[in-house]
Amino acid sequence: MKEQPQHHPPSWAQRFVEWYCKPGLVEDLTGDLNECFERNVRSAGPRRAKLIYIIDAFKFFRSYTVRKSIFAHLFMNRIMIGSYVKTSGRNIMRNKLFSFINILGLAISMSVGLLLIAFLLDLRSYDRFHENGGRIHRITNILTSNSEQSGKFATTSIKTGKLIREKVNGIEEVTVMRNNFSGDARVGDNILPISGFWAEPSLFRVFSFPMVEGNPETALKDPYSVVLTETAARKLFGTQAALGKTIQVDTLVYQVTGIMKDVPFFSHISFEALVSLSTAEQTNKGDKHFAEWTNMWSNSVYLLPSENADMEAIRSQLSAFAREENLAEENTRIELELLPLYNIVVGESLRQSEGGPGFAGPHMSPAVLWILVGLAAVVILSACFNYTNLSIARAMRRIKEIGLRKTIGAGKSQVQLQFLAEAVLISLAALLLSFLLFLVLRPLLINMAPEMQQMVKLNLTPSMVVAFIVFAVTVGVIAGFLPAIFFSKVSPINAFGSVSSVKMFKHLTLRRALVVIQYTVTLIFITTTAVGYVQYKNILAFDLGFSTANILNINMLDNKPDVMLKELSEMPEVTGLSRSLITTGVGNAWGGNMKYKDSRDSALVMTNHVDENYLPLHDYKLVAGGNFIARPATAQATGEVIVNRQVLKRFNISANNPGNAIGEQITLNGRKMTIVGVMQDFHYGKVENLIGPVAFTFWTPEDRAIISAKIKSADMPATIARIESVWKKIDPVHPFTAEFYSEEIENAYSEFSTMIKIIGFLSFLAISVASMGLFGMVVFTTETRLKEIGIRKVMGASVGNLIHLLSRGFLILLSVSALIALPATYFFFKTVVLPNFPYHTPVQITEMSVGLLAVLLIAFIMIGSQTLKAARSNPVAVLKNE
Amino acid sequence: MKGTNLGEFEELVLLTVAALINEAYSVAICDELSSHTGRSVKLGVVHAVLNRLEEKGLVKSELGEATKARGGKRKRFYQLTMQGKAALVSAKSMRDQLWARIPSLAWENL
Repeated sequence: MKEQPQHHPPSWAQRFVEWYCKPGLVEDLTGDLNECFERNVRSAGPRRAKLIYIIDAFKFFRSYTVRKSIFAHLFMNRIMIGSYVKTSGRNIMRNKLFSFINILGLAISMSVGLLLIAFLLDLRSYDRFHENGGRIHRITNILTSNSEQSGKFATTSIKTGKLIREKVNGIEEVTVMRNNFSGDARVGDNILPISGFWAEPSLFRVFSFPMVEGNPETALKDPYSVVLTETAARKLFGTQAALGKTIQVDTLVYQVTGIMKDVPFFSHISFEALVSLSTAEQTNKGDKHFAEWTNMWSNSVYLLPSENADMEAIRSQLSAFAREENLAEENTRIELELLPLYNIVVGESLRQSEGGPGFAGPHMSPAVLWILVGLAAVVILSACFNYTNLSIARAMRRIKEIGLRKTIGAGKSQVQLQFLAEAVLISLAALLLSFLLFLVLRPLLINMAPEMQQMVKLNLTPSMVVAFIVFAVTVGVIAGFLPAIFFSKVSPINAFGSVSSVKMFKHLTLRRALVVIQYTVTLIFITTTAVGYVQYKNILAFDLGFSTANILNINMLDNKPDVMLKELSEMPEVTGLSRSLITTGVGNAWGGNMKYKDSRDSALVMTNHVDENYLPLHDYKLVAGGNFIARPATAQATGEVIVNRQVLKRFNISANNPGNAIGEQITLNGRKMTIVGVMQDFHYGKVENLIGPVAFTFWTPEDRAIISAKIKSADMPATIARIESVWKKIDPVHPFTAEFYSEEIENAYSEFSTMIKIIGFLSFLAISVASMGLFGMVVFTTETRLKEIGIRKVMGASVGNLIHLLSRGFLILLSVSALIALPATYFFFKTVVLPNFPYHTPVQITEMSVGLLAVLLIAFIMIGSQTLKAARSNPVAVLKNE
Repeated sequence: MKGTNLGEFEELVLLTVAALINEAYSVAICDELSSHTGRSVKLGVVHAVLNRLEEKGLVKSELGEATKARGGKRKRFYQLTMQGKAALVSAKSMRDQLWARIPSLAWENL
């Protein structure tokens, strides 16, 4: 009767019982526990059995089973903890400078930790308000077109939703949401832009969006129904009741069938209004493409499996019908995946289809989070090193105390506990200070980037407070760990003898290693900041191949540009005007399909529609030909194109000779076009993109317009205000959206500036912490060597000699750090960062050494001031008393 | 107050000890109680009650032989003492008296 593997109850729980239980009871008690355990292994499996064992082991902890001495022990420990706190407090007060360095260093670095904890907790609280949140999944589409994987999309087709409803078992609810419902809502004379989703009635059964008025079962059923959030209703209707009223959005009239509570801040989807999906079905009735399997660009499908549903079975059913659907497609293959609701905000990066603004909710990839955690951990550890270093360095001062404690009867564990308690006390004191810093830094962090404002609030919650305290205790334990181990090993005999100093040398290597690590990290931080900043500035000042100086880009939205153009041309400050479809050089793109003579050879070229003033206004350099000649009024009539040299190269037009290319015919998006000009290559995309073929065609009034106005004004704000007042006349509903070209470029690279700000901030902290640590060490070494210095002075050493003697050790450590840090940073940029930017400028020695010089300067000042003080001290005063 | 007064659960445990005769140890008592009362009886509770009964002198206990099944640990077997028996008997007779006081006519009409 051999069982498969023999299971044993958890040994620590067993030992726990044996530890607290009365000797007379322990045998049958553990026996009973074992018997139950064996039975549970058979009936409930080993894991559950172990859990039950542990619970029971704690349940047996009763007054009649527990040895009386244990209560005494616990009581004693409490007394001792009181004593530890008292001695720690005295020690902190006695060494004010060191305590100050420790507390301040820890507080500064811990504030980063607090910010990070708040940030992580906020991210974690996303979508937790849904009652069934743990079960809800979203469909992810994996698109493969022309046997080339083009990525994972957060969107899918409406058909997917339908098929799941029909064919998949084990699903409680499915709901389809179609994005990009937006327009100007009109109620009486009140016009307001409104945006939201098309949605189905099942939405309210999947998600927990409580309805205030109206019936959630039917509100989204009929076409032309709309459910408004409370805020949207108030905006549109004021204090009047909105339910049952109608609103007009563009040309359609909708009836308000429900008012729901506002979408909570921590929701990955947010909207002001929901329109019944049946509306979209009605309006797209003629469009065969609407419900197609491959039309997967603007819908998301959420499903709620039934409780205890077999997710594997659901997955296989999904892939089964996906396979069936794919059979009908030629070049496209779509696979379906499930993404749990809680993994949407922090999880895999998914692609959003183009033109889906507002749908891309907050998202953070785990890799970025890990990097942030890593960076924060480095700074915090640096402060912990300070503590460790200073505590061990000052060991001699405390070794007698430990000796006495041990002589009286303290064991290793008691001494360890004492030093841990001291470290935790310091870190808790630091927590108070760092909390104040947290309050100061919080608004700075939130306002650093607009994405940040939409993503987190960093409001204090009870769980956050608990996390802060746990964090502080952990930091204390980490900081106090090495000193605790070190001091607990002290033997009382050594403590009272004079040999104790001999033992100290063994830990010198450890201390040196800690200082080197600290400074290496600090230098890496600061050089990264310096190099990153210089690279960022280079990107902003990059010669895109056209001029952006003093050009204001006004986005006309859906308005015709004519009135605006006329008004602007009458302003004396405006020296030039042009129209275009999009703004280039900031990451916007508009693609087209181009062919030359060979009809099978087509290529994607980037395009823009520009008017005749665009090229001269932006100073594009033409190598051959000229500006547009014809002025067509419709897109159908355009027949001229201006291309860049890359187009000639790509299609080998007239053997790459610009002069001969004029007059050649190409086909763009199926229309025959004549090349009338060839431009010098310029940056159509961002700096990290390679320059590709670009073709400009003529702007026609059918296109949306961005007006570029060259402005020459002594008082820019006044000019902008005047332009804005013109806008207000043309479009009273929508806000004026205009930006200078240089600002737009800056915004396009805002993620870099955010990154540099974060790393810069961290490097500032790292420098402060490391400098404080170094300062502490210098103060300590010079203090302990005061007598030696006195004797050396008496013997005739000069001040210079002494400074050299005292600072030599530190300078060697700093040089070692520099030798590690600088090459490491250089290779990091050379191999990891800069290959992503084909047009980067090389890393210069100057920016590499700026950081090093700054750190060295601070270190020199600290070492110098202290050693100079010591070297100048009067030997008589030092040597007088023993 | 260590008299013969029995709590409801104490009485049940005491009865089970009596019923199991020579096999009355904690786990067996626990199982027996669970199967007869239909409620899930926790081992820790049974232990505590047995301990209290022993303090009151209603049961006595001794360790049995070591067996392999319990990780080599011996069982503690419980036995009713005379006082225990008296307590059970008095509890029963008290109930019987009360039962006898209910007129059967009134009982059926309830």
